[in-house]
Amino acid sequence: MNLTFHDKTITGILTLLPAKEVKFEDEMENYNFSIAKSLKLKMAMGYNTHRIFDENVCTSDLCAFGMNHLFEKDLLRKEEIDALILVTQSPDYFMPPTSNVIQGKLGLKNDIFCMDINQGCAGFLIGLIQAFMLLEQESINKVVLLNADILSRKVSKSDRNSNPLTGDAASVTIIEKNTSKNTIYGFLKMDGTGHDALIIPAGGFRMPSTPETAKMKEDAAGNFRSLDNLVMKGDDVFNFVQREVPPMVEQLLQKAGVSKEEVDFYMFHQPNKFMLNKLADKLGVPRDKMPSNIVENFGNASGVTIPTAISFNLGDKLIRESYLICLAGFGVGLTWASLLMRIEHLKFNEIIKY
Amino acid sequence: MEDIIIGILNELRPEFDFTQQVDFIGEGMLDSFDIVNLVTALDERFAVSIDGMDILPENFSSVNAITALLLKNGAQS
Repeated sequence: MNLTFHDKTITGILTLLPAKEVKFEDEMENYNFSIAKSLKLKMAMGYNTHRIFDENVCTSDLCAFGMNHLFEKDLLRKEEIDALILVTQSPDYFMPPTSNVIQGKLGLKNDIFCMDINQGCAGFLIGLIQAFMLLEQESINKVVLLNADILSRKVSKSDRNSNPLTGDAASVTIIEKNTSKNTIYGFLKMDGTGHDALIIPAGGFRMPSTPETAKMKEDAAGNFRSLDNLVMKGDDVFNFVQREVPPMVEQLLQKAGVSKEEVDFYMFHQPNKFMLNKLADKLGVPRDKMPSNIVENFGNASGVTIPTAISFNLGDKLIRESYLICLAGFGVGLTWASLLMRIEHLKFNEIIKY
Repeated sequence: MEDIIIGILNELRPEFDFTQQVDFIGEGMLDSFDIVNLVTALDERFAVSIDGMDILPENFSSVNAITALLLKNGAQS
């Protein structure tokens, strides 16, 4: 579906990355493949370093840490926050919503709308779209969008399809009303028939975790994982992305009346370097306009890869400058979404470590 | 072109004979990660970018299939 929003903008992005780094070479012996083959893949897929949070850290801890950082620097004030949206697949609990936990932990006002959204790779886009819709309300002027995932704990260390690529991260994005007259164009589609392309089969009500679901089994490709682990049908996901994302972006730009050359940056979700480069080539976009350096430096942290890419690649430039940016997220669900929006003169756009 | 393709395949999976007339995918000579490495090497060697929509197992099942794929994507024979 096509979406259009007016008089709304992002005013700040803070990305939290784990201080703990894990090198691909240090984990190669966990995989059921030759060293030579793994090293070749390193270059093509962007396997290098991924970052993971310590075992005792939960999503609410990360979000509270990020927001407290902003409170301390007077970049955000508690009383201004009218809505708190948390997009995560790593909630603290099944119940209550982790956004409520964060609201209580931070002592935010009671006159607030808290909401958890279970979304993954398109989570930054889904969160922004939800924020824009909330800002249509007269009583909502400032929304805090939290994206956080700690999926490294759900990935088998012997799964070479997923483990080397998976990272943890969180981000805090501030969205507000403004009078810039800039139009935000959006596009969103979902296809639940592909819900098992990226899935953690056990641990929910459909298949509770048991000693049986925890048993490690070898798949056809030689990876070892259990039903409690994340499983990705890599070929299906790749084909879905190559089939759906280029026409989505073409349609978005056409609706906005904007040429590809007029877009300053394409900040896309980053599953791996190979997939991003193929998307850039297919769209005819120079690869330096579509950064693909997040997986190799930090890992794929699902819905947090886009804010990470913005903070890492543009940093302070976005405080001084104004850029027309095309955002696209695609994956879990299956869900695919894109936004074309001007991002400019942010109050902050930084990375901190946890 | 065929010799170059066979050379790249041999470098990727030296344990197999890619001059055989067999289905490389069906015989387990190439898996999806080999295809990623193969596409990367072919793109570089033939100065093309193989379309993501063409990265399907059947297009890597034989030297002839790979040759046809490269020609379709603008490689010079």
